[in-house]
Amino acid sequence: MSAEQTTAAQPLQHKVPEPGDARWREAWHRIVSGTWAVSLGAVILAILVGSIMIAATDEGVRAAIGYFGSRPSDTFSAVGKAVGGAYAALFRGAVWDFHASTFATAIRPLTNSLTQATPLIAAGLGVAVGFRAGQFNIGGRGQMLMAAIAGGWIGSALNLPPVIHMLVAIGAGIVGGAIWAGIAGVLKATTGAHEVIVTIMLNYIAFYILGYLLATPGLLQAPGSSNPKTAAMHPNAIMPPLLGPKFTLHWGFIFALAAVALTWWLLERSKLGFEFRAVGENPAAARVAGIDVKRTTVAVMLVAGGLVGLAGVTQVLGTTTTGFGDGIDAGVGFDAITVALLGRSTPFGVLGAAILFGAFRAGGATMQAAVGVPIEIVQVVQALIVLFIAAPPLVRAVFRLPQPGSGPRRTTSAEVAA
Amino acid sequence: MKLELRGITKRFGALVANDHIDLVVEPGEIHCLLGENGAGKTTLMNVLYGLYQPDDGEIVIDDVVQHFAGPGDAMAAGIGMVHQHFMLIPVFTVAENVVLGNEQTKGGRLDLDAARAQVREIASRFGFSVDPDAVIEDLPVGVQQRVEIIKALSREAKVLVFDEPTAVLTPQETDEFMAIMRQLRDSGAAIVFITHKLREVREVADRITVVRRGKIVGEAHPGASDAELASLMVGRPVELTVHKNPPTYSDALLEVSGLTVSDPGGAVLVDDVSFAVRGGEVLIVAGVQGNGQTELGEALAGLTPATGSIRLDGVELLGRPVRRVLDSGVGYVPEDRSTDGLIGSFTVAENLILDRVSGPPFVRAGALQLGARDEFARRAVEEFDIRTQGIDEPAGRLSGGNQQKVVVARELSRELKLLVAAQPTRGVDVGSIEFIHKRIVAARDAGVPVVVVATELDEAAALGDRILVMYRGRVIGIVPASTPWDQLGLMMAGVAPEGTVTA
Repeated sequence: MSAEQTTAAQPLQHKVPEPGDARWREAWHRIVSGTWAVSLGAVILAILVGSIMIAATDEGVRAAIGYFGSRPSDTFSAVGKAVGGAYAALFRGAVWDFHASTFATAIRPLTNSLTQATPLIAAGLGVAVGFRAGQFNIGGRGQMLMAAIAGGWIGSALNLPPVIHMLVAIGAGIVGGAIWAGIAGVLKATTGAHEVIVTIMLNYIAFYILGYLLATPGLLQAPGSSNPKTAAMHPNAIMPPLLGPKFTLHWGFIFALAAVALTWWLLERSKLGFEFRAVGENPAAARVAGIDVKRTTVAVMLVAGGLVGLAGVTQVLGTTTTGFGDGIDAGVGFDAITVALLGRSTPFGVLGAAILFGAFRAGGATMQAAVGVPIEIVQVVQALIVLFIAAPPLVRAVFRLPQPGSGPRRTTSAEVAA
Repeated sequence: MKLELRGITKRFGALVANDHIDLVVEPGEIHCLLGENGAGKTTLMNVLYGLYQPDDGEIVIDDVVQHFAGPGDAMAAGIGMVHQHFMLIPVFTVAENVVLGNEQTKGGRLDLDAARAQVREIASRFGFSVDPDAVIEDLPVGVQQRVEIIKALSREAKVLVFDEPTAVLTPQETDEFMAIMRQLRDSGAAIVFITHKLREVREVADRITVVRRGKIVGEAHPGASDAELASLMVGRPVELTVHKNPPTYSDALLEVSGLTVSDPGGAVLVDDVSFAVRGGEVLIVAGVQGNGQTELGEALAGLTPATGSIRLDGVELLGRPVRRVLDSGVGYVPEDRSTDGLIGSFTVAENLILDRVSGPPFVRAGALQLGARDEFARRAVEEFDIRTQGIDEPAGRLSGGNQQKVVVARELSRELKLLVAAQPTRGVDVGSIEFIHKRIVAARDAGVPVVVVATELDEAAALGDRILVMYRGRVIGIVPASTPWDQLGLMMAGVAPEGTVTA
């Protein structure tokens, strides 16, 4: 406990109650100095920087810059056209198709975004639970692949009654992800092996296990085929479409929403979550308080892996039901880390961030097809979001948000040492 | 060099941490800044050191107004600061730490020879020795502090600020530190000594300024009594010694026999310790820090693997996991509240139930019972006088004394069969010490056996019925609390008292 904090806190004791408008001001201050404002600012900044890149790579803009001296207005209108066109296309592909003639086709992009968001929600929750408990789960990819193997095998090889088949397959996927992450948890608890290293290595192992299963007849490979791809899922195992066959959105989204609520309850209201957070914030104090830190470490990884596993089965049973290859994780395991960061590791924050990223995924393709802006721009924007979130003072400075406190502690150690 | 602070005001939002503070520090004097934790002493010094910008007022050195944009400016102006938590790099050597930020180079290479010579020169000037090539993390805390002093002096500091320098020192180290401080004064330095320990103030201060709630409430003479200083600091009369009746023993009994604790390297930290504590008495475990008292306390709480036997009311506790030790009715106040006792980012309410989530009333069917928690927290805040904005305030924002009250409140509001408190008042202000002592005595009077690990003899004498002195992991002797201090001091240095046997 630093002396600075002590000093800052003490005078609170004789603070006089303030009138109503001061309370609102304080509430506003808390909102803008809180981390949410930084998240929002980071997204806005990233989109702005993205526009610069769109403009810089646009042919029309480059042509107009050639005669900037004689007619500068051409350059500005070209920039506006390039950036406006790109983001309009992104919006059209992600939220609302304003060229469409019927409501159903107009709203379809939004449902596509939610479909894309589904695995991001579940996997983002898995990473977030790890963050809250002080563990960095980088193994989302491996956990998703193991979940896909387990869920995909149940889904394609067995023949069970409707609903039951789906639930069994989902359960198998969750267990698959949980076990895969649990290995990292057990190794950390018993030998101290760092979960970052172990989960990364487990990613490779899962990838090659899947590769082997897909390439070996009689295992996961579709019968009678020599492609590294599974058979289609049994109809009874498939997550039914949520809005009818015209839309891609499936029941996996509902399961993901349920996972959000469940994770919130777990972290904020349950004994287990209390212990997770205690171990994450201060393992020494948790141990003194009688919390079994090792067992909690394993439990955290099991829960985190189970949530990522849910992401894996929604891919297999909801999005790509005609059989899958080794790219089934679609980078979700890594994007989940970004989602958890942007969502501040809170369940509802993860929900919002995952929907945003789902929209990027869905809209990026339209942007590329409609105006020729490479889809990589979207990935750059995502990367920039992480970058800005990692530098809150920068975001606060740009948007003139109040800096929280004056950060005496950090200043002290940094400047005194300097 | 004469230092003057004129009308310094520092606000944090609506809160005034320093309210028009005037202070003059003359060369060749030790000026004590006395105040409770959170009175604004450290804020004031951070303003002086350029870490905070004052909202009002000015810093004047030798009649020239100064503007410090950062610690670099303050150092250049001749102000040196030794922080409560040392600002040293543990893996660097003494010489490297001393030149850090002020490196002399020779042909582009760090001139460490010059640094070594400087360390030796300054050390010899003040009559202590420090090996310039020793790595910081291998040095005892007292020596690390000397490195901080050397670092400040190597920058030609004329005004030296010591922020609670003795909080981490053993009694012996404290005495040595006092001697160094006097030498510095005699060499003409102006010294600001921030503390809340009354004995030290009376020993070295030339002038005493008392700060309370961000304001200067007065000056005191070095000859003032402890009681006068304490009441000035707290703003009301304070009882420095707890009134307690002779013990009335209950049937409860803690028996420790042959307790041995070794570290992973095989070094024996607690060596075949045996004692018994009856319900209704306080046994003090005293000794110079690092002689096994900490490990003894941890072993009693089940935190350290140990051999031997710990029997509470006939039930063996040794070998049980922490959870089951706690469930057997052991209350444990750890030595370091910020690392072991509290989770700073958790709310006061969450911290108050931290070790009580194994079952009802705070957890039912795996779910936290927020209603029960909040009701309990409100009662505890009220009963233990925890000064907080509310039970939802993060515990890390409370002052040290109030944080400690949270830990004590949590441990004392359980159904106790044994209380183990390790340095329960370390870094706690006078007002809170009085309160915490009273609560511990109340637990004793309720018939609970109490073991208190203490490094301060005041605390040992104030609280204890008997005192167990440890030296190098062994019990030197168990003596009545009325034993004279010089004899206790000898025992702490390893000299067994004549004619005493293990009681």
